[in-house]
Amino acid sequence: MHDWDLQARNRKARLERAAPVSKGKVVATADARALLEAVIEPGDRVCLEGNNQKQADFLAKTLASLDPGRVHDLHMVQSVLALPEHLDIFERGIATRLDFSFSGPQGARLAKLVGAGQIAIGAIHTYLELFGRYFVDLTPRVSLVVAQAADAAGNLYTGPNTEDTPVIVEATAFKRGIVIAQVNEIIDTVPRVDIPGDWVDFVVQSPSPHYIEPLFTRDPAQISEIQVLMAMMAIKGIYAEYEVNRLNHGIGFDTAAIELLLPTYAESLGLKGKICRHWALNPHPALIPAIESGFVESVHSFGSEMGMEAYIQARPDVFFTGPDGSMRSNRALCQAAGHYACDLFIGSTLQIDLAGNSSTATLGRIAGFGGAPNMGADARGRRHASPAWLKAGREARSGRNVIPRGQKLVIQMVETFREHMQPAFVERLDAWELAESAGMALPPVMIYGEDVSHVLTEEGIANLLLCRTDEEREQAIRGVAGYTPVGLARDKRMVENLRDRGVIRRAEDLGIDKRLATRDLLAAHSIKDLVRASGGLYDPPKRFRNW
Amino acid sequence: MESLTFEYQGGRPLASAPPATLVGVVSSGNLEVLVEPTDLGGACRIEVLTAAVGFGAIWQAVLDDFFDRHRIADVRISINDVGATPAVVSLRLDQALEALTGGQP
Repeated sequence: MHDWDLQARNRKARLERAAPVSKGKVVATADARALLEAVIEPGDRVCLEGNNQKQADFLAKTLASLDPGRVHDLHMVQSVLALPEHLDIFERGIATRLDFSFSGPQGARLAKLVGAGQIAIGAIHTYLELFGRYFVDLTPRVSLVVAQAADAAGNLYTGPNTEDTPVIVEATAFKRGIVIAQVNEIIDTVPRVDIPGDWVDFVVQSPSPHYIEPLFTRDPAQISEIQVLMAMMAIKGIYAEYEVNRLNHGIGFDTAAIELLLPTYAESLGLKGKICRHWALNPHPALIPAIESGFVESVHSFGSEMGMEAYIQARPDVFFTGPDGSMRSNRALCQAAGHYACDLFIGSTLQIDLAGNSSTATLGRIAGFGGAPNMGADARGRRHASPAWLKAGREARSGRNVIPRGQKLVIQMVETFREHMQPAFVERLDAWELAESAGMALPPVMIYGEDVSHVLTEEGIANLLLCRTDEEREQAIRGVAGYTPVGLARDKRMVENLRDRGVIRRAEDLGIDKRLATRDLLAAHSIKDLVRASGGLYDPPKRFRNW
Repeated sequence: MESLTFEYQGGRPLASAPPATLVGVVSSGNLEVLVEPTDLGGACRIEVLTAAVGFGAIWQAVLDDFFDRHRIADVRISINDVGATPAVVSLRLDQALEALTGGQP
C-alpha cells in the first residue's frame, strides 16, 4: 500500500520534538536555538526570510549558531542574501546548497565561497521565478519569517513591510512544512491579520526589533546636472510622447531626478494628469513632491521605506493601506503588477553591450537580479491595450508583415561614464567571464537587448524599436555612447543618418534648452526639502539627517 | 596636473562682445569654465588644466565636437577640471556658450 501522508507524519514528529520548548505557539527568546534544532532536519530545504528591506535577522543569527554536527546539508531558498549570517551558515557547514535572487551587499563574499566550493548555487532567479518555484519544486520544509507583531494564536501583523512573507508562508504551510516567525512584540490583539495564525506554527520575540534597510532613499543633494538633463529627456522625449501613465522606476539617482522633475519641468510642459498617474513602486521619498502636486493617483509597493510610514498613512487615496491605517506591501503581487500592468520600466545598469544587453555582474561579484528582469521585460502574455503599449508595438513592427501587437517600453538610462571613468558601454559584458569562472550555464544578463526599447544617456535617446538591422541597432547604441571607446568607434555618417530618421535624438532635437539643466529644476534639493514637502510627515532615518 | 591647449580656426566671431562668463563651481561640480571674448586673430583657444592625467585624446574629441556645434572665433575658454566626466564638460561648455549668446548661434 502506498503511503500518501508522509509529509504530515513528518510534520507531526517535528512538532512533537518542539513541544518541550514551546508554550502553545509561543517560544521564549532564549529557546529559539533549541526550537530550530528540534524542527530542522539535515538536508531540509529552508527558507530564511531575507528581503531586500526587512530581515529575519534574529532567526538568521540563531540558524548560523547551530551545531553543524546536528544540522547540516541544508538547501537554502531565499530571495536576498543581505546579512553576513546568510553566508556564515554556509561557511560553518550548516547549509551547502543555495537558490536565490539577489545578493547585492554580499556579492563579493558569495563569489569567494562559490569559488572555494562551500556553496553550490542551484540558480540565480528573479523574485517571481523563485516565488514560483516555491510552489513547484523548491517548496520549503521549514520557513523562518519575520513580522512586526504576533498574538498568542500565531496571527502575524507585518505592518507596512509585508514584502515576501505571504508567499513564503503560503508555500510552506499548505505543503505541511513548519513556519516560525520572529516578531518584535507579542501582543493580545494584532492591529490587522496579515498572516492567519493557523498558517503559523511558532512565534519568537526577537531581542531587538528586526533590521530594515532604507534601500530606496536617495538624497536630492547628490543629484547631478547631468542627471537633471537626462531626466528632462526622459520626460519630454519618452514619457510625453508615449503618454506613459503606468510605470515602475528602478532604484537610483537617475530615476529620483525624474521623480523630482515632475512637479517642475513636466508641469511646465502641461503634462500633469497626462503622464505618471499610476505606479508600481516602493514609497520613494523622492516621489513626495509629485504626489503633493497632484501628479500621482496610485502607488502599489513591493515593500515599504523607513520613515515614510506616517506620510503613507496620511495619503490613503494614493497608497494601499489596511483598516489599521498602515500600508500593506506585497513583493510577489507588485512584481506581477510591474510586469503585466505597467507600460514602462526605466532603470540603470553597470554595463551595456552593442546589442543592448545589460548586466550588473562584474568580476569577483555574484550580485543576482532581484526584480529588474521582470520589470524590464516585455510581458509576452499581456493582452490589454494602452496608448503607450500600442505606439511602442507599432514602432517595432512598422513596415513588417506581422500581426499587430503592443510592446512594453524598457528604458536603460545610464551616464556614458560611471565613477572613475569606467565606461558604461562595452564591446563584451564582464558577465561572460563571470559565467566561465563561476561555472554558470549562461552569462548573467539583467535585461536582454531584445527587450530594451530605448537607451538614454546624456548624449541623447536611441530608439531601438525603430532599428531594422543588427547594424543599425549597434550604431544607434554607439551614437549615444559618448566618448567611451564604444562611442568613439561609431560610424559618424550612419549615426547622422539615424539622427535624421529620429532613431537617435539629442537634447536639442527634442527642443530641450540645456541652460535649464541645473539643480534649480529639482522640486527638492535636500532630504530636508522632502520633509518640508511632506508637511513634516516624512521622518527620514538618522543617517539621512544632516540638520 | 596636466595642461592641454587646443586651438580651432574657421569660426565666426560672437555678434556682440558680452562680459566674461564664469560657470560651474569646483566644490559642487568639479569643473570651472571661464569664457572670454578676446582678439585671437579669428581663433578659438581652449586651455585645459586637469587633475586627471592621460585623457588628452578624450579632451580632443570632446572639444572638437564642442567647436563643431558652436563654430566661434575670438573666444578664449579656460577650463579648470577636477575629474569631471566628458558629459559634464560638454554640458558646462554648452551652458556657458548659451548663457553668453542668449541661445543664439
